[in-house]
Amino acid sequence: MIWDWDFSLEILPDLLRALLVTVEATVLGMALALVLGLVWAIARRARHRLISLPTYWVVEFIRSTPLLVQIYFLFFVLPDAGIRLSPLTAGVVALGLHYSAYTAEVYRAGIDGVPRGQWEAALALDMSPWHLWRAVILPQAIPPVIPALGNYLVAMFKDTPLLAAITVLELLQTAKLIGAETFRYLEPLTLVGVLFLAISLLASRFVYVLEARFGRGQ
Amino acid sequence: MPAPFDLLPALLQGLWVTLLITAGGAAVAALAAFAAGLARLSRSVWVRIPALAYIDLFRGTSALVQLFWAYFALPLLGIELNAMTVAIVVLGLNIGAYGAEVVRGAIQAVPAEQHDAAIALNFTEHQAMGRILLPQALRAMLPPFGNLLIELLKSTALVSLITLNDLTFQAQLLRGATLRSAEIFALVLLLYFVVAQVISRGMRWLERRMAVGRELGRAW
Repeated sequence: MIWDWDFSLEILPDLLRALLVTVEATVLGMALALVLGLVWAIARRARHRLISLPTYWVVEFIRSTPLLVQIYFLFFVLPDAGIRLSPLTAGVVALGLHYSAYTAEVYRAGIDGVPRGQWEAALALDMSPWHLWRAVILPQAIPPVIPALGNYLVAMFKDTPLLAAITVLELLQTAKLIGAETFRYLEPLTLVGVLFLAISLLASRFVYVLEARFGRGQ
Repeated sequence: MPAPFDLLPALLQGLWVTLLITAGGAAVAALAAFAAGLARLSRSVWVRIPALAYIDLFRGTSALVQLFWAYFALPLLGIELNAMTVAIVVLGLNIGAYGAEVVRGAIQAVPAEQHDAAIALNFTEHQAMGRILLPQALRAMLPPFGNLLIELLKSTALVSLITLNDLTFQAQLLRGATLRSAEIFALVLLLYFVVAQVISRGMRWLERRMAVGRELGRAW
């Protein structure tokens, strides 16, 4: 069997529509990961071990178990507890939760990079914890790690095909359906690969730009 | 056995397949990482470009798309591989592409004087690489390799989607048969977590072993 260009052009609009779902899942998942990761990173530095220690293990647990199993967990187990999520919602929450373990690590590096004197100065000025984080620490901790966060955005984008396992109609699932209907897997799957490659490479260039703009040592 | 441990025998069967694929994939990944990582440092463009193409191709696309492509699309081009081979080779090459960048980075991080000194002592380029640069770079590679090994372990869950009966696949089978989703997936998550902990402890032990003698100065 050889490559069929007419067929490829015919299925391209469907795939591009599915790409929108992929992008939607990535953007929403990343938004969740950015917020939750910051919560983990700050809780990890809490003075009470009752907060910092469980946070450490939760993050470690999320990071060392497969995203696919986490997706299944949210999709199949939560309904037992009366929480019924749509496939897309379950997928987005799982992506956000999984990557929050990675973004937490990135934020941690950023926070550790803030000089000690800044903490001491804030303490000397009798700042409230909220004021300290919002006005002193985070504005210095976050910009240097924006490129690293960008890398995880690209990584998450490449993990969205896992949502196909719970029937979200994103790129891979759409390609699979086209393949099942037409018995031609070569074109849809190859096109999906090409789309991922093109967007990932573009996104990596974008991360380079971020690196130049925000990277450390500028 | 009392619930939920009656589920364990079936899950452990799946865990065995997961471990097999992790081990096989790690071997493929190590080969690919060193071959491509060293090739990236070659002076010849004809060696550098294919290595770069491999790295970009596997890092630029999704692991699951790669698995599906190799399992469903490759046979249409006349190359038919069984699911186990696809799993080990594709996941190995996928992680190997990330590993190649680790290898390259670690070798480039060895101070240039080490290379110059080796050449001054009349080592050939190959001897300098093999006896001076690589042994020092290897130590820097260990921590990122440990992380990649855990990434590999986690990515083996994807093979359940190309019909291999790994831990995740067994979980899905059991869920269909018993509907005890909460117990099954909690156990499965725990099993992956335990294996990942064993890997990270093991790698840390290895790092300590390889650091022996380092405090005596820079000389190995």
